[in-house]
Amino acid sequence: MSQSHSLNNQTPLEYSTEDGRLKIFGFWVFLGAEIILFSCLFASYMVYLHRTAGGPTPDDLFNVKEFMTETFLLLTSSFTCGLATHELRRHNKTGVIIWFIITLILGLGFVGMEAHEFVDYVGEGAKMSTSAFLTGFFTLVGTHGCHVSLGILWIIGILIQTARTGINPVTARKLFIVGLYWHFLDVVWVFIFTVVYLTGMVL
Amino acid sequence: MKHMKTSIKLIVLSVIFLLLLTGCDVPVLQPQGPVAEQQYHLILWSIFLMLFVIVVVFVLFGVIVFKYRASRKNTDDYDPEKEGSRKLEFTWTIIPIIIVIMLAIPMTITTYDLEKNPSPEKKPYVVNVTSAQWKWLFSYPEDGIESVNVLHVPADRPVKFVMTSEGAMNSFWIPALGGQKYTMNNMTTKLYLEADKPGTYLGKAANFNGKYFAHMNFNVIAQDQKDFNNWVKKVKSTSPKLTMDQYNQLIKPSVVKVKTYSSYPKELDEKMKKNMDMMNMGNSKSKEKDQDKDKDMDMSKDMDMSGMKGDKSHE
Amino acid sequence: MSNIKDFLLNDFFVTGEPMIYMADVSIVLVTIAIFVVLTYFKKWKWLWKEWLTTVDHKKIGIMYILAALAMLFRGGIDALLMRVQLTAPNLKFLDAQHYNEIFTTHGTIMILFMAMPFLIGLINVAMPLQIGARDVAFPYLNAISFWLFFVGAMLFNLSFVIGGSPDAGWTSYTPLAEKALDPGVGENYYLLGLQLAGIGTLASGVNFVVTILKMRAPGMTLMRMPMFTWSTLITSVIIVFAFPVLTVALAMLTIDRLFGGHFFTATAGGMPMMWTNLFWIWGHPEVYIVILPAFGIFSDIISTFAGKKLFGYHVMVYSMVAISVLSFLVWTHHFFTMGSGAAVNSVFGISTMAISVPTGVKIFNWLLTMHRSKIRFTVANLWSLAFIPNFVIGGVTGVMLAVAAADYQYHNSYFLIAHFHNVLIAGTVFACFAGLTYWWPKMFGHVLNERLGKWTFWIFVIGYNVCFLPQYWLGFMGMTRRTYTYPSGLGWMPLNVISTVGGFLMGIGFMIMVYNVYYSARYGKRDTTGDPWNGRTLEWATTSPAAEYNFANVPEVRDQDAFWEMKKSNRVKEWLNQPIKDIHMPNNSGRPIIMAFFFFVAGFGLTFEWIWVGAIGLFGVLITMVLRSFENDTGHHIHKEEVERTEREAGRIS
Ligand code: HEM
Ligand SMILES: [Cu+2]
Repeated sequence: MSQSHSLNNQTPLEYSTEDGRLKIFGFWVFLGAEIILFSCLFASYMVYLHRTAGGPTPDDLFNVKEFMTETFLLLTSSFTCGLATHELRRHNKTGVIIWFIITLILGLGFVGMEAHEFVDYVGEGAKMSTSAFLTGFFTLVGTHGCHVSLGILWIIGILIQTARTGINPVTARKLFIVGLYWHFLDVVWVFIFTVVYLTGMVL
Repeated sequence: MKHMKTSIKLIVLSVIFLLLLTGCDVPVLQPQGPVAEQQYHLILWSIFLMLFVIVVVFVLFGVIVFKYRASRKNTDDYDPEKEGSRKLEFTWTIIPIIIVIMLAIPMTITTYDLEKNPSPEKKPYVVNVTSAQWKWLFSYPEDGIESVNVLHVPADRPVKFVMTSEGAMNSFWIPALGGQKYTMNNMTTKLYLEADKPGTYLGKAANFNGKYFAHMNFNVIAQDQKDFNNWVKKVKSTSPKLTMDQYNQLIKPSVVKVKTYSSYPKELDEKMKKNMDMMNMGNSKSKEKDQDKDKDMDMSKDMDMSGMKGDKSHE
Repeated sequence: MSNIKDFLLNDFFVTGEPMIYMADVSIVLVTIAIFVVLTYFKKWKWLWKEWLTTVDHKKIGIMYILAALAMLFRGGIDALLMRVQLTAPNLKFLDAQHYNEIFTTHGTIMILFMAMPFLIGLINVAMPLQIGARDVAFPYLNAISFWLFFVGAMLFNLSFVIGGSPDAGWTSYTPLAEKALDPGVGENYYLLGLQLAGIGTLASGVNFVVTILKMRAPGMTLMRMPMFTWSTLITSVIIVFAFPVLTVALAMLTIDRLFGGHFFTATAGGMPMMWTNLFWIWGHPEVYIVILPAFGIFSDIISTFAGKKLFGYHVMVYSMVAISVLSFLVWTHHFFTMGSGAAVNSVFGISTMAISVPTGVKIFNWLLTMHRSKIRFTVANLWSLAFIPNFVIGGVTGVMLAVAAADYQYHNSYFLIAHFHNVLIAGTVFACFAGLTYWWPKMFGHVLNERLGKWTFWIFVIGYNVCFLPQYWLGFMGMTRRTYTYPSGLGWMPLNVISTVGGFLMGIGFMIMVYNVYYSARYGKRDTTGDPWNGRTLEWATTSPAAEYNFANVPEVRDQDAFWEMKKSNRVKEWLNQPIKDIHMPNNSGRPIIMAFFFFVAGFGLTFEWIWVGAIGLFGVLITMVLRSFENDTGHHIHKEEVERTEREAGRIS
C-alpha cells in the first residue's frame, strides 16, 4: 500500500483533465438518476410481492444455492474490479487488463446463471404473464441483468481501447467510470439479494 | 381589517348571487344536502380567503406598475441597488402561512367529517354502485332491486354508496348532493351523501373511461320514504329479473337506456363483498373478461336534460 | 398480397376521415416542398453541416424552439377543434373517438413536446451565455438529447396518420390504457414517444447540472448566478430525480401491453392505481419543471426592464429550493377522490397548500423589484407583467383545489381545467413568449417588431382570459372534463360559446406572432451592440448573435448582475481588449441524429409490436454508441487570428 501511496500523491490520471473531471461528475449525477430508477422498481416489486394470483410464490421459486452462487460471483467481480482500479492508479496496463478480464469472466458467469434461472422459471410455468408478482420480479431482476450485460459489452470495448492506446487520461477516465458503474450494479445486487431473495425465502 | 373582511365577503356573495340570477343550475353552489353543504361552506371560505390575496396582489400590482413607469415625470425616487428587505420578506412569508393555517384547519375537520355518516342519528340506506363502459348500475341490497342509469334514493335520509367498477375506472359524482369518489375495478370505495328534499339532480361520471364516456349522465331522483317505497314496489311487480347472463351482457361496452330490474343475482353482492375483503390482498384471479370491441352504437339520439329544469328544489 | 393490403388499409394507415386525408396530403406536400426548396437553393449541405450535425448549444436551442413552436401549432389546432365541438350541446363536428384522441394528443403534446422543449430551448440559448461558458458540459450529449426529443415527438405525431392516435388522456390511466380495453397501437405510440423524449430530457438534466456547477466564469459564485440560471439548476435537479420515475412507469406499462405483464391490469394481481401513483410522482414535479424556468425568465426580464436589482435575491433562491423539495411531496392531490382516507388527504392537502407560501413570496418579490424602479413596457416585459395577476388567479385556485374536501367537488371538472390552464398559460406560455422576445436578438441578431408584438400580446391575453375564466363557473355547474359533448337543458352553452371565442382570439394572437417573425426578419431593427435592452447578465456582453465561441475572453465576475456591474465600473473596454488566445471547441457530429434515427426505428417497431424491428433499431443504437466510444474526438481549435478577425468585424476591438 505504501508504494501506491507514493505513486498517487498527485491528482489521479482520470481527474487530470477538465474533460475527465466533467465526465466523471456527470456520471455521478447519472448514477443518481439510476438510483431513483431502481428505487421505483424495488418499491413496485414490494407492492406486488404477495400478488401471486394463485401462481408460484417466491418460496416456490427461489433456489438458495443458485442465488448464493450468483451473489458470490458478482461480489467477487466487484472486488476484482476494484483491484483493476487500483492497478489503474499505478498505471499498470497489464494489471488493469488482467483484473478486468477476470471481472468480465465473473460477470459473464453471473449473467449466464441468471439467464439459466429465468429459463428454469419459465419452464416451471412461472412467466411474466403469470402474475403481477412475477412481472415485478422479472422486471426488477431483468433490468439489473440488462445493466450487467451492457456493462460487460462496455468493459470489453474499453479494454480494447486500453490495449491499443495504453493508459492515458482518456482511457483512465473510461476505465474509472466503467468501474464506478460496475460497483454501482454490485450495490444494486446486494439490495436485490436482500429484498428479493432473502425476503422472499423468509416471508 | 375586519371591515375589509366583511366587505370582501359581501362582494363574494353578491357576485355569486348575480351569477346565480342568470337562472342556470349551479349545483356546486346550490347544495341540496348536508354533504354538499359542508363542502359549499369550505368553498366559500376558501374563495373569501383567496379573494383577499387577489385583491392585495392586484392593488399592489396596479399601483406599482402605474406609479413606477419609466415615463413618469419625476424619477428621483429611482433606487436601482435596493437588495431586499428582511422585514417585508418576513411579512409576506408569515401572512400566507397564516392564511394556509386558516384554511387547513377547517379542511381537515371537513375531510374527516365526510368519511362519516352525515346524519348519524339516521340509519343510512345502502346502494351498491357499479360503473361499466358506459353506464351506471345501481343495486339496492335492502330491497333486492336493480336500476341502470337512474338512481332513486330516499330523501332526508343518508345514503351509503358502496362502489366498484367493471373494467375501467370512473368517478361517481352528484354535484348537488356532494363531491365525487372513484369507482375502481376489484376495489370498493364508500361515499355518504344525503338529499335534504325530494328532487331530481344531475348525476355525472367524472373520470374518463373510454369512447362514450360523455353518455354516462344519469338522473338522481330523491323521493320521500313513502314515494320511494312505492317506486320499489312498482319495480318489484313490473320489472323483469336481472340474471347473471344478462348482467355479463350488460357490462360489455355499450350505451343503454334507463332500466329497472325486480331482482339481481346474489353473486353481485358476494362480488362486492369479496372486493372489499381483497382490497389489500390482491391475490385475485378474477377471470379475464373479453372486452368486446364496442359495436357500432346508434348515437344519433341527442342527450337532453331539460326534463330536469322544471324541477327546481330551490326557489 | 391481399393480406398486406388489408393490413395497410385497416390497421396501418388511418382511413375514412377527411381530416386525416387532409393531414396525409399536407404532410406529403410539405415534405416535397422542403425537398424542392432545399435542392433548388442547394442548401442540403448547409442544412447538414450547420444544423443537423451541430453541437453548438445556441443552434440546438434554436432547433428546440422551432420544434416547440411547431408543436404549439399542432396542439393549438387540437385545442380549437375541441372548442368548436364544445360550443353547443350535442354537436357532431367531431365524433366521440376523434374527440378523445384529440384531447389526448393535445395534453401530451402541450406539456411534453411544447412547454418543456420550449423552455429547454431557451435554456440552451441563454444559460451557457449567462454563466460565461463556451458551451454546455457535454455538447455531443446535448445534440443527442435534442434529437431524441425530436424523434419522440415525430413518433408521437405519426400516430395521427399511421395506426391511430392514443385516446386515454395524457395521464393514460390504467386499466383503460391497458391492452384489454385499448387494443390499438395508439397507446403504444404514447408510451414509446414519451420514452424516447423522456430519455433525452433526462440527459439534458444531467448536462445542465454539470454545466452550471462546473463551468461558471471565474468569480461567479452560486449566489451571483442570474436567476434564470438558478431556476435551470433547480429544474435540472428535479428532472434528474423525477424523470426516472416516468421512465419506469412507461416501461412497466409497455411491458404490460407488449409482453403480457400484469403491473396495471385489472387481473392476475395487477394494480391499476400503481400507475396513477407513479404517474403523478413524476407528474407533479413535472409541472414544476415547466414553471420554475418560467419564474427564472420573469425574474431576469422584470429586473432588466425595471433597471433595478432583483428584490430579495436570496429569498428567491431559497423559495425555489423549497418549491422543488415540496413538489415531490404532494402528488396524491391529483387523486384525493381515490378514497385513501381523511388522514392521507389532509396531510397532502396541507403539503400542497404549503407550496403556495414560497410561491407567494416570489410574487411579492417581483412586485417589490418594480418598486422605485423605471419600468419600460417592452413586449418582453408586458408578458412578464401580465404573468403576475394572471398567474395569481391560477395559484389561488390551486390552493382551493388543495382543500381536499372541497376538491371532491372540483376534481375532474372544468374548474380543474381552468386552474391548470391559468398556471400553465400565464406561467409557462407567457414565459416562453417573453423569453423568445427577449432573447430573439441574441439568437438572430435583430429584434422582433414591438408594435406587432403588442398586438399579439393584447389579443392573446384577452383571449386567454375570455377562454378560461368562464370555465371555473362551468366547473361549478357540473361540467366534467374530457366529455366530447354535453346535454342540452343544463344551461352550459353560453359560457362555452364565450370560451370558444376566447380560444380563437388566442389563435389569432399566435398567427400575428408568426407574421411578426417573418416581418421582423425582413424589416426588423438589427442589433449591432449585442445589448439591445440595457441588460444585466452576461449574455448581453457578447455579440448578437453570439459567435460560435460565445466569448473571445471569458469575463471575470465580481457581483450579481455581472454585466451590469461591468458596465457600471467601466470594465467592458478593458475586458474586450484583453489578449486573445486560441479557443478549443467541440467538433460537429452526424452521429446523434443517426443514433436518434435508430431510436426512432426501434420505437416504431415496438409500437407495432414488431419485436425484430425494435431489436434492429436498438442494435443500431448500440453500434452508434460503440463507434462514438472508439472515436478519438478531441475537438478543434479556433485560432486566435480568426477570433480577432471576428471580433474586429463586430466592432468590438479595433
Ligand atoms: C400554488 C400552487 C399550486 C397549487 C396549490 C396547485 C394545486 C393543484 C391541485 C390540488 C391539483 C389537482 C386537482 C384535481 O385533480 O382535482 C392540481 C392540478 C393540476 N395543476 Fe396545479 N397547483 C399549483 C400550481 C400549478 C402550477 C404552477 C402548474 C403548472 C405550471 C400546475 C399544473 C397543474 C396541472 C397540469 C394539473 C392537472 C393535471 C391533470 O389532471 O391533467 N399547477 N393543481
Ligand atoms: Cu400537482
